[in-house]
Amino acid sequence: MPGDLTDGRIVIVGASLAGLRAAETLREEGFTGSLTVVGDEPRAPYDRPPLSKQVLLGKTPADTTALPMRRDPEADWRLGVAATGMDPLEKRVMLADGESLPYDRLLIATGTRSRPWPNPDEASLDGVFTLRTSDEAGKLAERLAAGPERVLVIGAGFTGSEIASACRERGIEVTVAERGPAPLVGALGGTLAKLAAAMHRNHGVDLRTGVTVTALRGDGNGRFTGADLSDGSRVEADVCVVALGAVRNVEWLAESGLAAGPRGIACDAGCRAFNMYGIVTDDVFVAGDVSRFPHPLFGYQMLSLEHWGNAVEQAEVAAHNMVSPGPLRRPHLAVPTFWSTQFGLNIKSVGVPTYSDHVVIAQGSLEARRLAVVYGYQGRITAAVTVDMAKSLDYYKHLIETAAPFPPPPGAADRAIAADVTIPSDVPDPSGLSHGPTVALTGHLPDRRLTVVQPTR
Amino acid sequence: MQTVVDLTRCQGYAQCVFLAPEVFELHGEEGLLYATAVPDDQVEHVRQAAAACPVQAIILGEGVSAGAR
Repeated sequence: MPGDLTDGRIVIVGASLAGLRAAETLREEGFTGSLTVVGDEPRAPYDRPPLSKQVLLGKTPADTTALPMRRDPEADWRLGVAATGMDPLEKRVMLADGESLPYDRLLIATGTRSRPWPNPDEASLDGVFTLRTSDEAGKLAERLAAGPERVLVIGAGFTGSEIASACRERGIEVTVAERGPAPLVGALGGTLAKLAAAMHRNHGVDLRTGVTVTALRGDGNGRFTGADLSDGSRVEADVCVVALGAVRNVEWLAESGLAAGPRGIACDAGCRAFNMYGIVTDDVFVAGDVSRFPHPLFGYQMLSLEHWGNAVEQAEVAAHNMVSPGPLRRPHLAVPTFWSTQFGLNIKSVGVPTYSDHVVIAQGSLEARRLAVVYGYQGRITAAVTVDMAKSLDYYKHLIETAAPFPPPPGAADRAIAADVTIPSDVPDPSGLSHGPTVALTGHLPDRRLTVVQPTR
Repeated sequence: MQTVVDLTRCQGYAQCVFLAPEVFELHGEEGLLYATAVPDDQVEHVRQAAAACPVQAIILGEGVSAGAR
């Protein structure tokens, strides 16, 4: 083996899905050196998707979603201690407890945290929650089990919609406030967002769109009692869930010289981090939600994804590349894929729906609540979303990977007229949403020849 | 024993729901909910479900234990 890439010291910062899968893959790929995994939560790596579904429905306790190991990575787990910095010259990671860990290669997989309500006094009211960690899910589930009168959900992205769905399934009244024109519009565009709005309302959600929440109110004893909306109305509620999207955990890298910012840490297709001058490093790798990487299928724009599947696949590529010499390294080219279950519907997406100018309903219909929507950009297929049609998704994935023409040819649709009724994809300006999109391109909106600069908070 | 279903792969064949109904449950037509911690008396059923899954989406194993290294 050239060099000693299978030996030495590897540190992984981030003990969630990407960190665990990378650790396993390093051993699978023959790494025999010392492996340390640092995590700021005291808990062993756990799975997050069940937190907004099974856990909020009261079917699964929040503290039981530990991720199964595919193999024991024989790592030194440093849980409950945050990394506070890294020194790329000395090759050390500094920890909150004062210790520092030397490394030969470093993998950064620190993910995201929930975006807090911007007013700290209002955010600290009893009854105001965010949902990202197991602890947060446990506290919210406990409050839902106590039978609140009404829950206010701020933000109708995937997490907000899943929370609203869980509340309705438990018979709890719920109001959803969304700054954009419809739920999920930032992720799926206008057509499917219409179906999402209908699903909310058909299930009894009090859905308010085109409004922002201007203030959270307390009863004077620190208990949340309701909120004021920008249209002058007021919502009386005893629980509030702030679902305004995620913040990337990059602050600890402020002095590191890496290209780390609000959209994540920039890296090359082989998961190697860029420094602030755009020079690629060869000993610092990035994977999962905290990364942003160039993708050839979407104009080589930097993509940052908050997807379970991306965390797994990018971690595996990063780990492979950490123990492989240059010519044997692989690019991370996986097509983005994600799912959501809400209001009894299974929504799955492949590609990047917001990288589109037109859409066509290729199978099924909005009325049937069972459909496949294909997205195109400048005459080629860039994404597909299915609702209760998961078996069709692999087929559309193939069309995306091969840059098939849009609208899809006969045979890709069960409706002869489908190709004749392409409609604008209606991708909104992300700054008009109350939550961040789960797929962020660099801010370029391909259907409008427009670049949006989002000021950071 | 812990389980996780790679729902990126899952296509709603529901073989797991037939083989281990106490662990896997359909939510709507093809959404899937499951018990993340598998009760001891269900481990064998879940193993069968994992083997039968047409897209091999079920991962089963131990979680990282507190003192593990």
